Amino acid sequence: MKKVLVVAEVRDGQLRNVSLEALAAAGILAEGGEVVAALFGPNTASHAEALGHHGAGTVYVVDHADLAQYTPDAYSQALKQLIEFVGPDAVVLGHTAIGRDVAPRVSARLGWGLVSDVTALEAGPVFVRPIYAGKAFQKRRFEDGKIMVTIRPNNIAAGTADTGKTVTVVPFEVEIKDLRSIVREVVRKTSGKVDLSEAKIIVSGGRGVKSADGFQPLNELADVLGAAVGASRGACDADYCDYSMQIGQTGKVVTPDLYIACGISGAIQHLAGMSNSKVIVAINKDPEAPIFQVADYGIVGDLFEVVPLLTAEFKKVLV
Amino acid sequence: MEGTVKGFVAQRFRGGTRMQLAAAAYVRQQRHYEGGILVNILVVMKQTFDTEEKIVIQDGKIQDDGVEFIINPYDEYAIEEAIKLKEEHGGEVTVVSVGPDRVEKELRTALAMGADKAILVDDESLFGDEYTTAKVLAAVARKTGYDLILGGQMAVDSGAGQGGPRLAEELGINHVSTAVKLEINGSSVRVERDVEGDTEVVETSLPVLITAQQGLNEPRYPSLPGIMKAKKKPLERLTADDLGLSAADVAPKTQVVDQTLPPKKEAGRILAGEIPAQVSELVQLLRNEAKVI
Repeated sequence: MKKVLVVAEVRDGQLRNVSLEALAAAGILAEGGEVVAALFGPNTASHAEALGHHGAGTVYVVDHADLAQYTPDAYSQALKQLIEFVGPDAVVLGHTAIGRDVAPRVSARLGWGLVSDVTALEAGPVFVRPIYAGKAFQKRRFEDGKIMVTIRPNNIAAGTADTGKTVTVVPFEVEIKDLRSIVREVVRKTSGKVDLSEAKIIVSGGRGVKSADGFQPLNELADVLGAAVGASRGACDADYCDYSMQIGQTGKVVTPDLYIACGISGAIQHLAGMSNSKVIVAINKDPEAPIFQVADYGIVGDLFEVVPLLTAEFKKVLV
Repeated sequence: MEGTVKGFVAQRFRGGTRMQLAAAAYVRQQRHYEGGILVNILVVMKQTFDTEEKIVIQDGKIQDDGVEFIINPYDEYAIEEAIKLKEEHGGEVTVVSVGPDRVEKELRTALAMGADKAILVDDESLFGDEYTTAKVLAAVARKTGYDLILGGQMAVDSGAGQGGPRLAEELGINHVSTAVKLEINGSSVRVERDVEGDTEVVETSLPVLITAQQGLNEPRYPSLPGIMKAKKKPLERLTADDLGLSAADVAPKTQVVDQTLPPKKEAGRILAGEIPAQVSELVQLLRNEAKVI
């Protein structure tokens, strides 16, 4: 019986799905013990109920103005104080921009180990995580003492909500001081777009899109499917798109339910970043392209012909 | 002036003989106070497999026979940025790595790009997990001194991304991760960082640790004269004794119990026929067979 703390995350007013996945992981690690969760920042308390429905018995709401915007100083101070108060045996965070940044700092301060980017749990507990961007997997366990992990979105299934469960909401006061950085501005480039790391469907373009404008048919397909748009290194290096869209060993590693690769040949470094997707579709003019070796379904053809047809076909069936 | 130097030393160096450290720091400060800016830049880097390498595993261990090694691509951005800052502000760039003897090759590459000195901690008793490496790098940083520490936002082999934040915490300094733009003016630091596709503008001050994201710069190729010079540049090898560490001080908190390859994907289906018919078939397959739409 263990006590497990989940650090939940709210983005754009929405509870992130990875927080529910973290609660599922925490339920396993607790071995019948207690799962508690934390929400950081102003106006996050309304999400406590959903965390309760997914297994958190208590939700600590850390409502402090300095937590409205992430900074390593503010978040690490708050999380450290919360961990010292709660005294958990294990802490689970999402492997998100915040989780991957604050977890190493706090674990260093507490003298704990940390296993990052976990995709599965096994008895022990043993934590499975991809290495070489998914070309291989590593199993890790903790020597002794405390456990801290960040889990990759989309890999550990969230449990179903039990709306009959009640949750105790506890405001938790923290002292935050000596902040050494100030966030002056946040330039939103992803407003209204689906985040690549959490996307269920990704439409991705390679050198075959030929230009920045060449992404237009891909964007249209993505709109119809509610998908995120990604790219290969080839497309990014050729300046067809922003580096933030890059999928591969350099770039983002993604595991959506459906990955549609358009005009991507399938260099090893790209395959590393996407070949663990559940279903892969490849569209490429070259029947010898290595992408077809990892694809579940392939169409040999010009993406500028195939993709608009695909968009039209999905429009028909999805109405 | 005396007071300032003492204050600087007290703030930046912990452990060791304070007098020795103070003397060393004073010398460094005299050397690097050019144009009113103090820049002692440390770059932490790692040697990794070339990203085009396939992984071979035997008895749970990754095989490195005949593998082509490179500088971790994210660390390469950090090295380039350090050299650019040196060209702009003056100062000295020291590249540091923890790893086996073969890492010398990548350190020499960094020296050929324009770094001034290299440090390799090639003592196996100091190899471990992320907890271990951060402790070791912190000991190196305390020994060399630093105003700015740069590194990649993650290594493409382990993919954990713990190194930067952990090292900053060990040293008690601030960090800013996934930088795509970095400006330093005196002791003021302005960073544009990538946050899941959005850009955050962060202001902070030295000393600070910054991790590099793709897009920060375009790393240069070493020039031929650069490669010649690099052979003569200092590369210091450090052991646990040199760093005042014991294996017990830095014993890892986690262990690797196994490493495996992902299950092989079965060959997929290449559709046939006229393109419009293939497209209809694909949509039906995704809905009815794969059930992902």
